[in-house]
Amino acid sequence: MPDDSALAKGKANDKAKDGGLVTCDACPVLCRIREGRSGACDRYGNVGGALTRLDPFVVTQRVAEKEGDLVAFGKDEWDGAMIKGAPTFITGIGSGTTYPDYKPAPFIVASEYDGVDMVTVVSEGIFSYCGIKVKIDTDRFVGAETAAVRVEGEQVGHVTTAEYGSQMLSLGGVRHLTGGSKKEGTVTCDTMLTLCSGGPMEMTVDGGAKLTVEAGKPPVINGSQEERMRVGCGSATIGIFAKQWHGHADEVIVVDDHITGVLSEHQAGRFLGMEPVGIRVRGRKSTPGRYFQVAEPGTGWGGTDITEPLSIIESINPRNAWPGLRLFMVSTTGEDAAFFVLDDDLKPVPAPMPEPLEVVVARIGENCEPALTTVMFMAGAGGSLRAGVTENPVRLTRSVREALTRVTCGGAPVYVWPGGGITLMVDVTTMPENSFGYVPTPALVAPIEFTLRLDDYAAMGGHMDAVRRVDEVAAAGRLKSVRWHDRAPWPGAPLHGIARGP
Amino acid sequence: MSVTVPFGAPPLGAVLPGGNRRHFQHGPIDLVVEAFGPGHEVGRAYKQAWARFETVLGELVGELPVLRAPLKARGPALKGATARRMAAACRLHGQVFVTPMAAVAGAVADEVLAALVAGRTLEKAYVNDGGDIALHLTPGAAFDAGMVSLATAPSAAGTIAIDHASPVRGIATSGWRGRSLSRGIADSVTVLARNAAEADVAATLIANAVDADHPRIERVPARELDPDSDLGERAVTVAVGVLPDASVIEALAAGAAAAEAMAADGRIVAAHLVLQGGTRTVGALAAALEDRTRPDRTVSRGAGPDQRRRAWTT
Repeated sequence: MPDDSALAKGKANDKAKDGGLVTCDACPVLCRIREGRSGACDRYGNVGGALTRLDPFVVTQRVAEKEGDLVAFGKDEWDGAMIKGAPTFITGIGSGTTYPDYKPAPFIVASEYDGVDMVTVVSEGIFSYCGIKVKIDTDRFVGAETAAVRVEGEQVGHVTTAEYGSQMLSLGGVRHLTGGSKKEGTVTCDTMLTLCSGGPMEMTVDGGAKLTVEAGKPPVINGSQEERMRVGCGSATIGIFAKQWHGHADEVIVVDDHITGVLSEHQAGRFLGMEPVGIRVRGRKSTPGRYFQVAEPGTGWGGTDITEPLSIIESINPRNAWPGLRLFMVSTTGEDAAFFVLDDDLKPVPAPMPEPLEVVVARIGENCEPALTTVMFMAGAGGSLRAGVTENPVRLTRSVREALTRVTCGGAPVYVWPGGGITLMVDVTTMPENSFGYVPTPALVAPIEFTLRLDDYAAMGGHMDAVRRVDEVAAAGRLKSVRWHDRAPWPGAPLHGIARGP
Repeated sequence: MSVTVPFGAPPLGAVLPGGNRRHFQHGPIDLVVEAFGPGHEVGRAYKQAWARFETVLGELVGELPVLRAPLKARGPALKGATARRMAAACRLHGQVFVTPMAAVAGAVADEVLAALVAGRTLEKAYVNDGGDIALHLTPGAAFDAGMVSLATAPSAAGTIAIDHASPVRGIATSGWRGRSLSRGIADSVTVLARNAAEADVAATLIANAVDADHPRIERVPARELDPDSDLGERAVTVAVGVLPDASVIEALAAGAAAAEAMAADGRIVAAHLVLQGGTRTVGALAAALEDRTRPDRTVSRGAGPDQRRRAWTT
C-alpha cells in the first residue's frame, strides 16, 4: 500500500530508498521510481523522495448562486474545474483503501467550518457486508413475499414487504456475495454495482414478474412502464373525493386492482346521505362499498385488465336504479374516466362529462406522484476501516452514535441505523457519478467519510500526526470537482456545537 | 472480508457513466470495455472478461524479468497466455531490438477481449487499454475509429470505418509523449493490425524509426528515467523542439520506410504517422485516411502536457 501517512508528515518514504529511488508498493509491479518521475500507472510518483498519489482527488464544492444560475447536480455543465475560494470537501471517491493494513486512512483532512476546526477522515470501504433496498412504486404484483429475485438464473435477493403504493426488494447481502457459488457472488456483485451506478437492471421474480429497474426512473414491470402511483386504493379515493363529487353524480365507481370503491354503498356516501342505487359490481365484497378482485391485474383501468369500464358491472337493480341516473366511473390514477346516464331501460349511455367531475379527474391525476424506483445502498463499516480512523475503533462507533461524527458517502448524507456497529443507508442518486467499484472478493467498494470536530478527533485517539490541512491537500494534488448536492447538508459541517465569535 | 492479495490494491472494476462501459483497473492496467448485443449476453461477457482480468497482472509480474529482456531463440518458455501473445507479436519482427514489453498493452487488450467474447453472441465489442484497442466484429457490424494526434487537441483528425470484412482487429498508438518511453520523435504513430498486440509492437517500432538528428531533440539514457526500463542504456526522447521542415520530412520518411516494410509482408495493415503537423500514411487504408486528414503544421505546436494521452473514439 502506498503509505500516504508518510506524505502527511512530509517526510520521505524510507522504504527501499536507494539513490533517490522510491519503490511503489501500490500494486505487484513494484515500480522503482526516480525523483520527479511517475510509475508505470501514472497514478503514483516520486515527489521529493516520497511516494505520492497523482490521481485527482474528487472534491465536492459548495458554490453560491451566481446571477440566478445554479449548476444542477449531476449535469454536464460542471467541467470538473475547481472553483476558487468555494468551500471544498474531499470525498473518498477513488481515494483507495489501506485495507487490510492497520494504517491511517488514505486522507485525514482538517478544515474549518464557521470558526470550528473540523477533520474529515476520507477512505474507500471494501464492503462485503452490503446490500441494496429497492423501492418500486407500483401496485402491480411483483412477487410473493420472500420470493427469490434472480438475475441470469442466480438468486441475488428476495421480495420483501409491500409498502403503501410500493413493492420492496432486498438485494445483495453477504450471503449471496460470498455465501453461495462463485457465480452467484459475481452476479450479485454486478447487479448491485449496476444499480448503485445508476444503470438499468433486468431481473425476474420466482412466481412473479419480470422487472427492469433503474434508480430514479419509472420501473418496467412485465414489459410495461409504470407511469404514476395511484392516489390511493379505490376506497381511499372515495374517501378523499366524495364531497367533491356529491351533487354531480348519483353513483361513482372507482376502479382499482386492489379495492374498487362504490360511492353510494361506501361509508363516505352514507355520511353524505346517499342511498345504494342498485348498481352491483363484480368481485368479492369486503366491507360496504369496497370490492376485491373486480378484474384481473393488467395495464387497463387502475391496474386491472379492464379497458371497457361497464364490463365490471354485474347487474343494475330496477328496484333502486332509475332512468336518468348519473353514473361516473374513474380509475385510481385519473388516467381513465367515463360518464354515463341510464336510459329508460336502465342501460348506461355515454354522456358528456359535467365540468365539476372533470376537475376532480384532473385532481386525481395531480395527486398521483410519478412512479419511480429508489435504490438505497446499505452497508456496515466495521473492522479495519474504523482502525484507519482511530486506534480505538469502538470510539468511532460511539462517536457516530452520539452524533458527534457525521458519516457521508461521497459527500452524500447517510442514515446510520441505531444499535451496534455503523450500519448505514444512502440514496445512490445523491452520490456523485463513479462512486462505486468492485473487487474480486466479490465485494463493493464505496467512498466513506467521517467528519467531526478536531478536538473530538484527538479525544477519540485519532491519527493526529496524519492530519493535513485541506488547502495543503488541494495544493499538492490534482483535483476534480463535482457538484455538491444542493439538498444535502454541507458534509463538512459539525453535527453539534457550532461556536460563533470569539 | 477475505480478499487475499499478496500486496497492493486489488483489481478494481466500475461501471462508467452511461451505464454501458466497464472500467477495469489493476496497477498500471486501465481498460475500458464495451460489448454490444443482447443485454444478458453483454452481462455475461463482462463477467467473463472480469474473471480473466483478475489474474492478468499477477501472471505478467511473475514473468517480468523474461518479458523485459530481448527475445532469445531458445529462451525460457513463457507460461502466461498474455505473455505468449506479447512474444508472438514481437517475433514477427525478427532481429530488431525489441522486448515483449513493447506489446504488453495490446496483448492485455487481446487477452481480455478473447475472454469477453468466448461463447457469447455479441454484435461487436472492444477492449481499450489506454489507447491500444482490441476489436471484435461480426458481419454487419463496424467501428468508426477516430484518430487524434498525441500532440494536438483531442478532435479527430480522421476517422476510418473498420467492418467485419476488414482484417483489422487491433489498433495501437505510440509516440514520445506517451506513457512508454520512445527512441523516436513521432508525436504519434497509429497502427492498424490483425490484433492489438501486433499493432502495439509495430507502433512502438515505427515510432522509434521516426527520427532525425537535430540539436533541438533532447535524449537521455532510458535507465536515467526508469531504472528498470527494458531499453537499458539506450537513448530515449525527452523533448523535441520545433524542427525545420527538412528534419520533419526526413524523420517521417524513415518512419514510413519502416512501416512500408511491415505493410509489405502483412505485419501491419496500415499506419498513420504524425510529426509536428506533417503526416504520412502507409498501407491498405492509406487512401481512406489521406482523404480525411488535413495536414496542418501549425496544429501540433505548443502542445501542453495534458494533451499527451492517446485518445481514440470507437
